[in-house]
Amino acid sequence: MATETAPATTSAGDVHAHQHPPHLEHHFVSSEQQFDSAKLGMWIFLATEILLFSGMFVAYAVFRQWHPDAFLAASNALNWVMGGTNTVVLLTSSLTVALSIHFAQKEEQRKMVWSLLATLVLAGVFLVIKYFEYTAKFEHGVYPGSFFDPHGAHYAYLADIPFAAQFFSIYFVMTGIHGVHVLIGMALIGWIAWRANRGDFSSEWYTPVELTGLYWHLVDIIWIFLFPLLYLI
Amino acid sequence: MDKAVQAAGAHASDVNYLNHETGLWSWLSTKDHKRIGIMYAISLALVFLIAGILALLVRAELIGPGQTIMDAQTYNEAFTMHGILMVFLFLVPSIPAILGNFVLPIQLGAKDVAFPKLNLASWYVYMVGAVFTMLALVYGGVDTGWTFYTPYSASTGGGVLWMTAAIFVTGFASIFTGINFIVTIHKMRAPGMTWNRLPLFVWGMYATSIVQVLATPVIGITMILLILERTLGIGIFDPALGGDPVLFQHFFWFYSHPAVYIMILPAFGILSELIATFSRQRIFGYRAIALSSVAIAMLGFLVWGHHMFVSGQSAVAAIVFSLITYLIGIPSGIKVFNWVGTMYKGSIWLQTPMLYALSFLFLFTIGGFTGIMVGVLAVDVHLHDTYYVVGHFHYVMMGGSVIALLGGMHYWWPKITGRMYNETLAKIAAVLIFVGFNVTFFTQLVMGAQGMPRRYYDYVDKFTQLHQISTVGSWILAAGLFLVLGYGIWSLFNGEKAPANPWGAATLEWTNVSSPPDPHNFKRTPLVTRGPYDFHLADEVFGGDGSAGDGSGDVRMPEPAPAAPEPADGDK
Ligand code: HEM
Ligand SMILES: [Cu+2]
Repeated sequence: MATETAPATTSAGDVHAHQHPPHLEHHFVSSEQQFDSAKLGMWIFLATEILLFSGMFVAYAVFRQWHPDAFLAASNALNWVMGGTNTVVLLTSSLTVALSIHFAQKEEQRKMVWSLLATLVLAGVFLVIKYFEYTAKFEHGVYPGSFFDPHGAHYAYLADIPFAAQFFSIYFVMTGIHGVHVLIGMALIGWIAWRANRGDFSSEWYTPVELTGLYWHLVDIIWIFLFPLLYLI
Repeated sequence: MDKAVQAAGAHASDVNYLNHETGLWSWLSTKDHKRIGIMYAISLALVFLIAGILALLVRAELIGPGQTIMDAQTYNEAFTMHGILMVFLFLVPSIPAILGNFVLPIQLGAKDVAFPKLNLASWYVYMVGAVFTMLALVYGGVDTGWTFYTPYSASTGGGVLWMTAAIFVTGFASIFTGINFIVTIHKMRAPGMTWNRLPLFVWGMYATSIVQVLATPVIGITMILLILERTLGIGIFDPALGGDPVLFQHFFWFYSHPAVYIMILPAFGILSELIATFSRQRIFGYRAIALSSVAIAMLGFLVWGHHMFVSGQSAVAAIVFSLITYLIGIPSGIKVFNWVGTMYKGSIWLQTPMLYALSFLFLFTIGGFTGIMVGVLAVDVHLHDTYYVVGHFHYVMMGGSVIALLGGMHYWWPKITGRMYNETLAKIAAVLIFVGFNVTFFTQLVMGAQGMPRRYYDYVDKFTQLHQISTVGSWILAAGLFLVLGYGIWSLFNGEKAPANPWGAATLEWTNVSSPPDPHNFKRTPLVTRGPYDFHLADEVFGGDGSAGDGSGDVRMPEPAPAAPEPADGDK
């Protein structure tokens, strides 16, 4: 308990530079302090995001427990090929975003920009596939909640299953909120790519790239839980 | 002004955080934690005023049975709005956003919080929430009570959508503050400010921030699901669609019970500062107070089910929740005993902030005891949804948090504004508030025990007298609060200039910072070499026995902390 260590006042680097590097905000003493703070802040924020989703995971668990058969039957109506493709797409995008951080550390600016753009494209592919999945459902009246009115060869049988509507409510809410996070992530990555192209980052300072990468990994991880829960089991 | 206060040293320098920039925009775009604290103070004072007036109206309606000043629907909307404003828009942000923002970075020896822009964003997000609340009124009001229980809330009143959106939005303001404080405490401490030397206010804010970060997202998703229930009928909470209203209650209280710790833990923090300073005594059991805050924060997540004893949750769940609820009494008790121990060993100086501290100890103890009572399963079946519960939570929330906030505002007022207030008027107000509060809410405890249900517009004749006493109490209480507002404003323009350390306190914001502070807080970053409450250092050196202390010139001034060695690049 008796930790007598105070945070470091300055890093040797900053002291000998005899000036503040341009990215160092005035209320921090050193670049390390600024970087560590940003990273800790981001981790805490990601914890709140997980808790946000946990509410829906609880709702899913409760209703699945109550109506296992309805959930099984309704889950079969989802297109696992599309869902699986999307899983691969997102995993790949996690790799490209990790690469962009790697290139930032190496000061390979062009490669950093390109891997960010690749991430952006993959995120776009994810949303396009999601769009086709959604519209395929909507066409046959498979809407969330009280608008649920399934018809058509593949879906008509859902109309006879009580509580199938609830499964789709949960499906649309969970994937919908996840989709919003994908959109936010795309905006962030686009902005970072633009700044990277402008030459804002260096091996000394690439905090925003790293934080955006963390955020994107979270979006990926949540999908990795959503996919088996909704499509497979 | 007291002699002791007068003796206490130099006046502020001319340039300070209030006057180094001027104009509205310099405030609206500020990233200075002190100014953001003040902007929050003004907004929250306004919310408290509106919510307080609603309370007075609700109380006035209840002065006699039947209709007196408003119809039943208006009454429902009035007490709902009162509850929502007080809980979500006033008490949850109050102490962290006002005093936490102002004091915490200075107590740590930092120039600002870790994320000043996020801090400003928090205020703007809060204001958006406030606007949504107004829209809720415009679009037909809310009559669900502040708990939004489903299925009623999924169908009634057009304002519910805006109101739930407002709560979702203000949740972000709360999360931003929490993240900012946790990171600031971990990463921004001055050299020598070890965890064992953190002022107890900082420990309180630390525990609070953990709760803010871990609980708020749950109310966020709950509000989203409720919004979707209303708009799309997703059938998660609405039993008509196969949903489960008890699930809503679980979600709601999983946030809202911890939220009462968001309200009370900062109050504990303030109390430790007040008791230490005005007992002129190192805190008895520093570590026990610090760690019990964290313990309360953790336990607070395990007891939400005590709000649902009569909801139809399983008997096992109810018994477990009841047991864990008693456990929370232990760390709270530890704190109260340590405060009393500190006073017992110290020499008490009865300035206004100390009056509030004593008043807190009395009221919070009643709040705690009544809480244990309703935590008893069988007893709660009788007391649930009666005025006993209303009395209980007012003793905790108003008798605890609001009283501590008032004490803290008086304590830090000279630091924040650079002015002293009128001590005599302040003492009168403190007494009025204490008396008014007890008259208002103790009668409600009695009524509740006799079976008067809460949220009722009308009542049987036998309760008339108690309701009347309670209503008169609310007037005394209001008189005290308006008095505070009055001399507060007066002091802003006419108060005597405050010295840097009028109370002889030992934490950095008093010893190393002028009143009001410089724009960047410290002229030189301090080097912390001692604990936060070393009042006796001077005695040990000068041979004082530490027993005197009637306030007449006996303020022992702790030495300022020395400056930390400058980094070679000149620290500018
Ligand atoms: C100025 C003094 C106050 C008076 C006279 C007052 C009075 C009242 C009254 C008459 C009710 C309605 C009780 C019912 O019908 O169930 C009420 C409810 C409530 N009050 Fe206050 N109150 C005051 C201050 C506060 C403060 C400072 C808080 C801070 C949190 C607060 C929080 C609440 C809450 C949460 C409810 C519950 C609303 C509900 O059950 O829907 N009150 N108050
Ligand atoms: Cu509770």
